[in-house]
Amino acid sequence: MYEHNGEKYFIVDSHMHYWNAAPDNWVPGAEQYAKGWIECFHAYQGLGPPETHWTIEHFQKYSEDDLMKDVFEDGHVDMAIFQPTDLKEWYKEGFNTTERNAEMGKRHPGKFIYNTNFDPRDGDLGLEELKRNVETYGSKGVKLYTAEWNNGSRGYKLSDPGAYRFLEAAQNLGIKNIHVHKGPTIWPLDKDAFDVSDIDHCATDFPELNFIIEHVGLPRIEDFCFMATQEPNVYAGLSVVIGGLMHALPNFFAKVMGELLFWVGEDKMTFGSDYGIWEPKWQVEGFVNWEMPDREQFSDYPRLGVAGKKKILGLNAARLYDIEVPAEYQLPAEAGTPAAQDDAQLVGGA
Amino acid sequence: MTAPVTAASGRTAAVLRALETVRDPELDEPITSLGFVTSCAVSAAGDAQVRLRLPTYFCAPNFAYLMVADAYDAVSALPGVRHAEVVLEDHFASDVINGGVAAQAGFVRTFDGEAVSELHALRADFLRKAVMAGTDQVCRPLLAAGTDPAALLAMTLGEVPPSRALDRLRSRRGELGLPDGDDAPLLIEPVTGAPVTADYLPLHLRKAKITRVSIEANSGICRGMLRHRYNNTQGQGETVPSADSDS
Repeated sequence: MYEHNGEKYFIVDSHMHYWNAAPDNWVPGAEQYAKGWIECFHAYQGLGPPETHWTIEHFQKYSEDDLMKDVFEDGHVDMAIFQPTDLKEWYKEGFNTTERNAEMGKRHPGKFIYNTNFDPRDGDLGLEELKRNVETYGSKGVKLYTAEWNNGSRGYKLSDPGAYRFLEAAQNLGIKNIHVHKGPTIWPLDKDAFDVSDIDHCATDFPELNFIIEHVGLPRIEDFCFMATQEPNVYAGLSVVIGGLMHALPNFFAKVMGELLFWVGEDKMTFGSDYGIWEPKWQVEGFVNWEMPDREQFSDYPRLGVAGKKKILGLNAARLYDIEVPAEYQLPAEAGTPAAQDDAQLVGGA
Repeated sequence: MTAPVTAASGRTAAVLRALETVRDPELDEPITSLGFVTSCAVSAAGDAQVRLRLPTYFCAPNFAYLMVADAYDAVSALPGVRHAEVVLEDHFASDVINGGVAAQAGFVRTFDGEAVSELHALRADFLRKAVMAGTDQVCRPLLAAGTDPAALLAMTLGEVPPSRALDRLRSRRGELGLPDGDDAPLLIEPVTGAPVTADYLPLHLRKAKITRVSIEANSGICRGMLRHRYNNTQGQGETVPSADSDS
């Protein structure tokens, strides 16, 4: 919970991690990838305020106590959603698995939601594991990393037939929310790995699932936005947008927020700190304080008020995940419905 | 004593100028100004050596390949260069890319079994994004000066006051084979080259704007990552933009 100017904000961190990327977890022979991956993440942290930077050693492996303090005690977060990424070709026990998250989270009841993941290239065994994970951890969402390396393949598209089989299975198991994170590699490598057009097909073909595009499709915000206006069940995950831009590039942060508010709308944007890349404290506080600059070049962007910030920081994700929000944090009826799907048509007609 | 030094630095400057023509296809900016050139030199005998670096270990391998291959072509074409070596460092696919470019193998053979086509289509897709972003760069000052948006529809490239942004837009359109002469319409659809119609104008301008925002924000992130990764050491020809600029 965060309170500012008499307003109470219910905070859902919809995209965060508990990873082990220390050398003890590197796969022999793949050390360079394990090291390169975590150093790349660490460079992202460099875009946050200097006083929030960690040493690479701390960044590789933070403790349960660190996480509970940074996210809940200091970070204002009421509910956090674990988004697993396996990367088992590089990390012996995986980078940030459903199991590791849940093993830690069980000591803190009521604080976490455990999303799981799948990889369509894993075939029948993958389907069995998905079923097991959903039953064991009560997952309502999955995190998909399309650039994961798997047995000689450097990635997949969500429009592949194998992926549809998994989406169908996930839906039948009660999964509602599909978080998609694009990365730098794909099959075949001559295609743009960050292209989001495959999600466009899925969103049309699976209208009952919600597709939350993490990092708002960065570095393809424009393609993401054009797609999101067509698809009522596509949402913008703000991880990296707030963490990577708000401090380091405030003018571009305002422009990107302006574009998202115009094309996607405040009902369809969800906050995620991407912890441990960035701590939520400065992101939550900075975002609540943030205003669209009052200058000419920002004049044709929608404004974001208190109600919109409440939706983005927690109420939209709460709605997607059926999280109970106490009455004192709810919006008055005239502020609209968090996570409402009809924005797409509205903006599309603009 | 000074003559050999001058000759060597003159040769290096020529290599740097050649590298200035090589762009990051995603960011539509020279690899020099982005800080991607760690070093470049050429011996009296004409052996050129270029070292490149990128913001992350995992930058997309197709774009990385294009930059290394384009740098190789640009430097090899210099008079007085008899052999060029371009080395991308600190990247997961460094060895594969460097070997493939040195052998002039093309992308498909370089990434044997992992790619099905060369990168012409990818490059064209990103040139079209550059055309959209360039459209905003050219139109925004016109609109700010009071030009009615509808008037942009009838305007030709020759009627736009000269600017670097206009030169750049023309050049990108030319690379795509789109109309770029004085009598060509200012606003065209970047896939077909057809003039933009009145009912599509507001959406076209919005798309141009977000495409520019996207490319420039990515550029800002890449520069920030590169600075962090290389501890603020400058690349050859690197320029520090009034980043996060308001223009």
